[in-house]
Amino acid sequence: MRARVLVRPKEGILDPQGVAVQRALPALGFEGVANVHIGRLIELDVEDPSQLEAMCQKLLVNPLIEDYEILGDVPA
Amino acid sequence: MPTLDQARALGLTESEFSLICEKLERGPNEVELAVFSLLWSEHCAYKHSKKLLGELPTTGERMALGPGENAGAVTIGDGMVVAFKVESHNHPSAVEPFQGAATGVGGILRDIFAIGARPIAILDSLRFGEPASSARSRYLLDHAVGGIGHYGNSIGVPTVGGELYFEGPYEQNCLVNAMAVGLARKDGLIRSAATGVGNVVVLFGASTGRDGIGGASVLASAELDEADASKRPSVQVGDPFAEKKLLECSLELLDRGLLVALQDLGAAGLSSSSAEMASKGEVGLDLDMSLVPLREADMAPFEIMVSESQERMLCVVEPAQVDDVLEVCAKWEVHGTAIGVVTDTRRLRVLVGDEVVGDMPVQALVDDCPLYDLKSNIDKRPIYPRPPRVLGSTDPQEILLALLACPNIASRRPLFEQYDCLVQSRTVRRPEQADAAVLALPDGSAIAVALDGSGRRVACSPYTGTVEAVLECAANLACVGATPLGLTNCLNFGNPEKPGVAWQLEESVRGLAHACKGLGVPVVGGNVSLYNESGGGPIYPTPVVGMVGELKSAERAGRMGFSREGDSVGFVGPFRPFMAGSELAKLRGDELTLGLAPVDIAARRETIEAVRDAVRTEKLSSAHDVAEGGFLVCVAECCLAGGLGAVLDLGEIYEDELERVLFGESPGAGFVVSGSAEALERVGRLVPCDVFGTVGGSVLDVTSGTVRIEVGLDELREAHGALAVLFP
Amino acid sequence: MNFGVIRFPGSCDEVDAVLACERVPGASAQLLWHGDRHLHGVDAVVVPGGFSYGDYLRVGAIARFSPVMESVIEFSREGGLVLGICNGFQVLCEAGLLPGALLPNVELRFICRQVNLEVVRATSPFTTDCEAGDILSIPVKHTTGRYYAPPDVLQSLDAHGQIVLKYAHDGNPNGSSNDIAGVRNEVGNVFGLMPHPEHAVDELSGSTDGLKIFTSMAHADA
Repeated sequence: MRARVLVRPKEGILDPQGVAVQRALPALGFEGVANVHIGRLIELDVEDPSQLEAMCQKLLVNPLIEDYEILGDVPA
Repeated sequence: MPTLDQARALGLTESEFSLICEKLERGPNEVELAVFSLLWSEHCAYKHSKKLLGELPTTGERMALGPGENAGAVTIGDGMVVAFKVESHNHPSAVEPFQGAATGVGGILRDIFAIGARPIAILDSLRFGEPASSARSRYLLDHAVGGIGHYGNSIGVPTVGGELYFEGPYEQNCLVNAMAVGLARKDGLIRSAATGVGNVVVLFGASTGRDGIGGASVLASAELDEADASKRPSVQVGDPFAEKKLLECSLELLDRGLLVALQDLGAAGLSSSSAEMASKGEVGLDLDMSLVPLREADMAPFEIMVSESQERMLCVVEPAQVDDVLEVCAKWEVHGTAIGVVTDTRRLRVLVGDEVVGDMPVQALVDDCPLYDLKSNIDKRPIYPRPPRVLGSTDPQEILLALLACPNIASRRPLFEQYDCLVQSRTVRRPEQADAAVLALPDGSAIAVALDGSGRRVACSPYTGTVEAVLECAANLACVGATPLGLTNCLNFGNPEKPGVAWQLEESVRGLAHACKGLGVPVVGGNVSLYNESGGGPIYPTPVVGMVGELKSAERAGRMGFSREGDSVGFVGPFRPFMAGSELAKLRGDELTLGLAPVDIAARRETIEAVRDAVRTEKLSSAHDVAEGGFLVCVAECCLAGGLGAVLDLGEIYEDELERVLFGESPGAGFVVSGSAEALERVGRLVPCDVFGTVGGSVLDVTSGTVRIEVGLDELREAHGALAVLFP
Repeated sequence: MNFGVIRFPGSCDEVDAVLACERVPGASAQLLWHGDRHLHGVDAVVVPGGFSYGDYLRVGAIARFSPVMESVIEFSREGGLVLGICNGFQVLCEAGLLPGALLPNVELRFICRQVNLEVVRATSPFTTDCEAGDILSIPVKHTTGRYYAPPDVLQSLDAHGQIVLKYAHDGNPNGSSNDIAGVRNEVGNVFGLMPHPEHAVDELSGSTDGLKIFTSMAHADA
């Protein structure tokens, strides 16, 4: 199965990359943008999807500073 | 079979194509055309500059390795040598500045460890359009600096110096020149000539993909135009982590004596490296494309030959040593793979398994590329637009602050703080502490490095402007107490097929040769970057020179800033400043003058050496050479670097001379020094030294007859910090 | 006193750390290869600065799983002294040997700058040669140095005296919470800091304040 893990900075922690992008967009003419956060995408083929949770906890994510979302069975 | 039109699309002329057919005794196939088009490109073959470069002095008693190898080297004490070279990466940086600058650094570092030296320092020379009016130039600056920092910091080589300039003519054609310095044992140097029929060719490093395909021919040999967004896929992507592994692997292979020859893969990838190795060794090479580790599927043989994927090296190994070589490669996690063999055919053969898909005589590829004579003619009409007028004041205090705040003079701190200047624990003088970087060696001695170029002044007079650039570099070394040992240069010019540019190139090389001969400093190697022009016209002719010097004692390395209250301030030099070509003239929007005041190289050399000796022996507190902005800006820089003011009395100066004296320029000819009264008196016995003030307080207080300038350090600092806005 | 300095693929300041350790009177130092489980009987471990594993995934995230780090974790559980510098600090946080995490600098750029650090606690084995309130001049050079811990953890660190060094004189270069530059674990044998003491051990380079960290460790071990 092809899985996707979306990793984003934990709510409440300053995300200066998100802030920088949020500031850059209006300068290019895009208004009405808020709440920008920059994270990471991890994509992998897994034989046993039940292991994804443990993979995230052990290596893919640092739970102290990051939140994550597992999207299973995405198109290749 | 490829046609003339296809050859033209790859940058070859009709007569070049005919010559290739003649050498092959048939038409070239796809692989052969690709390889010839790259090896015969301006970037690889120096078609328009090779004849000229023969003028440069390349011998000397301290030369260990001269031009022709991956880098040059000079001897220092203890059986050691210092390797160094400067190279350009202009066109890729204009298209993708972060990766262009990063891979420029990666490439020059590889040139250093390819001869067996451990890289110990990086310097960079950057030129862009005016930041105030060009968002594009601000973007290029920001990303180029980011790229240099990313690569240098990650690989653990300190970036210890460099220069940055902004001028209109670089708007469409920015300049990114990277210099690297390395250390090696003299008996540890390795050459790149492939020798030993039957020896094995091993490729190691990153896998090969489609990066930069056609980079050398497509970008570096052509003017950039608006369609350059389509050239973007050609840009190489660098991985400093991969290069770190490559570096350690290469040095271990050399340490263990496992290699016959070593060459890095740069412009034109496998094709140029293998051809050059075969040419130097007077051998042939058979390379099997099916053995090359690939990162992309279905790559055609010609693509594999010309790929510019980064972080790869090619070596020649005796058959008995191949297993050991592959083992070392495996330890460092770099794919080591035998891909070919040295032959006696004097031909470069490209194979896929047993099938020969390309077969070219090595001599035709490397030595028989046509070299062109420049058809030069001085361009009397102004070829550069007038700089915009941004300063109207005639008040000396306002002028001083405007100069300190102008982009060519303001503090580069927001830039250099993005570079690790400390790793490897050798740095004794960091940026803004002295006019040159100083790196300590284990025995207590040190080497000094400076990188200096000139554009606008060279446009005024290519001969004199270039002489000045070389002298200024030597002056920078003198300010830390170093004797120059060798010079590397990067010549950045426009389209040499235009007579005006050809004239600039000829005159500049003539100046470079005279200055080097006059100083007794040989050229160890360098680089030429031509075709830096677009619809808007050529760049200012821009020679960039890097010099390495030695100091007997790291402890005695000179500093730039006033450091002790009560010290006397003095001026040394045969300094005859003029407004022509100066920063103030630029801020005023003056037209470029044709010609600069002549330079007496011998007299300058005498002063430079006297200052160097004074720094070494007289315990001067500071020494700083007068450069952009002239004398008063130099003094202000000494105050800022040291955090101390000064009280100066220049005596009566005629009103119509005042501006020329305070702000006129003559690079490499004048020095502001400070030290005890006795020390300056002793200096005065060697060379004229006018004492005109005292260090102290927190104000720069200058009197000249009835004219009085009084500026606090805080105000100077604020003006000097003007570049911070370019890095939000 | 024998220091062991770890070398990961991508370490940059490991040789600098060895040179600094060797300046401690009577001390020696050796490099410990990341793939080697043996600590070779060293008295203290230094996890150095650099870009271990290219900073791939997250800074320090991969290095923490290397064979040598398994031994370092065991070594620390037995009370051995462990110093983490810059990337080393990041690795120790990822390994759970120190609380908190390091985030990208607020200004999102690499910063190489000499800073002043205030010694908050001179009682840790890493600062016994200092006095509380001392100012140490030591350089920082990093892109990911903003120290973060949740508010309750910060409070606990403070209460247990685990904050050892702070950025002084308004010189916080990266936005670290409470200007924290270096913390120790509760027991006190593990210490991490973002600044580079190994680059402040030589008069020639401008400051020797960093040497005190290494000499303190030697005294603690004696």
